[in-house]
Amino acid sequence: MDMTGEYRISAPREVVWQALNSADALKACIPGCEELAKTSDTGFTATVVQKIGPVKARFNGEVQLENINAPESYTIRGEGKGGVAGFAKGGADVHLADDGGETVLTYKVNAQIGGKLAALGSRLIESTSKKLAAKFFENFQTYLNDGGAGRAS
Amino acid sequence: MSTGIGARVKRKEDKRFITGQGRYTDDVRVDNQAYAAFVRSPHAHAKVTSIDKSEAEAAEGVIAVLDGRQLTGDGIGNLICGWAVSSKDGSPMNMGPWSALATDRVRYVGDAVAVVIAETKQQARDAAELVAVEYEELPVVASSTAALEDGAVQVHDNAPGNIVFDWEIGDEAATDAALAGAAHVTEMRVVNNRLSPNPMEPRSAVAIYDSAEDHYTLYTTSQNPHVARLVLSAFYNVAPEHKLRVIAPDVGGGFGAKIYIYPEEITCLWASMKTGRSVKWTADRSEAFVTDAHGRDHVTHARMGFDANGKIVGFKVDTHANLGAYMSLFSSATPTYLYATLLSGQYDIQNIYGNVKGIYTNTVPVDAYRGAGRPEATFLVERTMETAAREMGMDPAELRRRNFIGSFPHQTPVIMTYDAGDFAGNLDMGQAAADVAGFPARKAEAASRGKLRGLGYSCYIEACGIAPSAAVGSLGAGVGLWESAEVRVNPVGTIEILTGSHSHGQGHETTFAQIVGERFGLPIENVSIVHGDTDKVQFGMGTYGSRSGAVGMSAIVKAMDKVEAKVKKIAAHVLEASEDDIVIEGGAVKVAGTDKQMLWHEVGLAAYTAHNLPAGMEPGLKETAFYDPVNFTFPAGCYIAEVEVDPETGVTKIIQFTAADDFGTVINPMIVEGQVHGGAAQGIGQAMLEGVVYDEDGQLLTGSYMDYCMPRADDVPFYRIEHNKTICPGNPLGMKGCGEAGAIGTPPAIINAITDAIGNNDLQMPATPLKVWTALQAAQKPMAAE
Repeated sequence: MDMTGEYRISAPREVVWQALNSADALKACIPGCEELAKTSDTGFTATVVQKIGPVKARFNGEVQLENINAPESYTIRGEGKGGVAGFAKGGADVHLADDGGETVLTYKVNAQIGGKLAALGSRLIESTSKKLAAKFFENFQTYLNDGGAGRAS
Repeated sequence: MSTGIGARVKRKEDKRFITGQGRYTDDVRVDNQAYAAFVRSPHAHAKVTSIDKSEAEAAEGVIAVLDGRQLTGDGIGNLICGWAVSSKDGSPMNMGPWSALATDRVRYVGDAVAVVIAETKQQARDAAELVAVEYEELPVVASSTAALEDGAVQVHDNAPGNIVFDWEIGDEAATDAALAGAAHVTEMRVVNNRLSPNPMEPRSAVAIYDSAEDHYTLYTTSQNPHVARLVLSAFYNVAPEHKLRVIAPDVGGGFGAKIYIYPEEITCLWASMKTGRSVKWTADRSEAFVTDAHGRDHVTHARMGFDANGKIVGFKVDTHANLGAYMSLFSSATPTYLYATLLSGQYDIQNIYGNVKGIYTNTVPVDAYRGAGRPEATFLVERTMETAAREMGMDPAELRRRNFIGSFPHQTPVIMTYDAGDFAGNLDMGQAAADVAGFPARKAEAASRGKLRGLGYSCYIEACGIAPSAAVGSLGAGVGLWESAEVRVNPVGTIEILTGSHSHGQGHETTFAQIVGERFGLPIENVSIVHGDTDKVQFGMGTYGSRSGAVGMSAIVKAMDKVEAKVKKIAAHVLEASEDDIVIEGGAVKVAGTDKQMLWHEVGLAAYTAHNLPAGMEPGLKETAFYDPVNFTFPAGCYIAEVEVDPETGVTKIIQFTAADDFGTVINPMIVEGQVHGGAAQGIGQAMLEGVVYDEDGQLLTGSYMDYCMPRADDVPFYRIEHNKTICPGNPLGMKGCGEAGAIGTPPAIINAITDAIGNNDLQMPATPLKVWTALQAAQKPMAAE
């Protein structure tokens, strides 16, 4: 599945970039994220509970940041194992553009799902992904509005 | 009311089924029962690099977590394919190993890698989530086309190019020459869509190991429990046959998918021994979609040549058969000996050549599904005939008539010897019932409402009554395909028939009782049918290939012959008459032309008291027989579909559907019609609704009824069913078989009708509204451009 999108975030690019590299920020904003821990400067481990169609699964996975070009762009790549439910993996090219003190974030996602997730949820993956992306950016904006650290508990 | 041959007797078994008293495998509850849940690969092709069971083993209620290395370490054998098919160069098929639990590599989404045994089903499933399997993904081939590409990844190391066999039948040079000299050649590319069998009852197993006796009992959803026992014993090393009892109780539909012995049954038996617990497993529907053997999946190029009079001169066929990731039990026979041997259809064709490549892919194994090879042959032949008629500007019925085989026996160039039939009579009967003469008026009326009407034929033939043992043995079968029966007359005169056939929807408890009741003049209530238990029935090859009538009932007839002979001897002795004068009628054994008689139960009693038997006669009244058929049987018929297409939406409605079948002798017309209804519904499903879809990564996208469209009541029409009757000379009752005809004959009739309506032959199954609409647009394009 391929998906692209664009969001305008009311915060300066540098702030957005910092948040996008922060385990606390990502944990607070990724829908269903139960745990997210930094394992290196560019790596995280994560546990995310997600529901796609009738399949609910807890994904344990690793996330890597690649092609880092601060504070403008990176590629975020991850793979999550959902046990009996299957797996999800993919990457997103994320680009930040400064626009009058605000930031325009564009992304290009490529994702794959497998196992029961694909058998039951392939028709729903796109709509679910869009919903999750919208939710992420909504959380992200709120996180930044609240000053970040306040939400990062 | 008569309950004999030809009577519409209501099914004896239905009372328990419709009142919820059927006893299926999942209803079996035994002491000490634990539950199995399988850990399955989410990848279509991967190396298994590690399995961490520790968290699962520590989970609540978990008894054991077992993997493939333990299974193979205990000497459990790989799954087998029971039919050896050789390539045209004489080499044996390239069969890769299939372990019930994968050891180092998984080859399709759903391939089992481990099993969790726990106290409850929920605990087993929860713990299965905790088994951490590490995979290293490999490239995937998800279709036969992808599998044949240069440089494609190999599914099995010992099958170069993913080709399991490259098999041929017929005379290629003669066929090429005939086609070269043909006045007209019709070329076809036909895809026979991949189907998921979907019996209403999912597969299930209850394995019980008795350590005191070192004995195993397996309750399972099987169409052939004796074959299961044989294979489990001889090849999988679970237990020797005398230490293994297989029981297939009520089974809710099979359609071929329950012929095979799957990894789950093997694993449950082994796990029962390992854990000392009874182990139960029942598939859920999602599991059924990724483990029940799929059906069909052929891609075929064909050329049929005609002379100037429309007589077929040659037929050349090149088929790629997707066999999935492993060779299922009869997967090699289905696209070869059950397919290409029917390429002659109902027609006198002197030159036929078929080449079939069996191909490994990273998909669920593919094997026989209702019809098994014969629907694929029929679809190809009948689509080609209809297309050829359109290309040559001929009436499709007339083209068929010019080519029908008219005298029997008829030897085709592809092994089969058709023994009897009335193909023109079937077509006449079908045309009359479908009022083909009135079709132009109906088409005009539909056009006045803006609808496109089409009419399509299918003149199918199938080879059933599977099969003469020596013949199939010479073609590579690993088993003989006879049937056995035992007729037990009790001292009170009631009768138990023990049969190796297995009923999972066919109504044997009724029809088998009908032939016994008729023979001895007894009410069918006095006859019970015992099947599905290897401890009760001496042996049997089971039910598939429309064989229970032609083969299973013939074995019963043979055993009844022996009972009748003994009954006559006893009666002649007691009544002091000549054996030749004894007749059995109306529940009595009489001396013809006198009033001397014994009632049926008096003979039974005499046999068991043994107070007054002929000198030297053994007491008792129980006879067994094994029946090996002399030939296949050849049910044939003419199906005619009439459809209406809405050109705005592509939505197709079946307006009327006519089936004129020749099944030979019919025991119970109501049950036979039910078989045709069910088969036709599955045929309509294949033609218009059903299709298994994999993405290019080998992920199954049609894994539930949200995406795999099964026919519902409002998708199928009321059927007009006619019976022609030519007696099958090969068996004592003259029966041909009816179980698969509907699924075989229906798809081409539907597609021929739709393509007639839309004026475009290029339409593949399932003919969804989108496909029909798209084909219609393509057909109309040249007009729009003008």
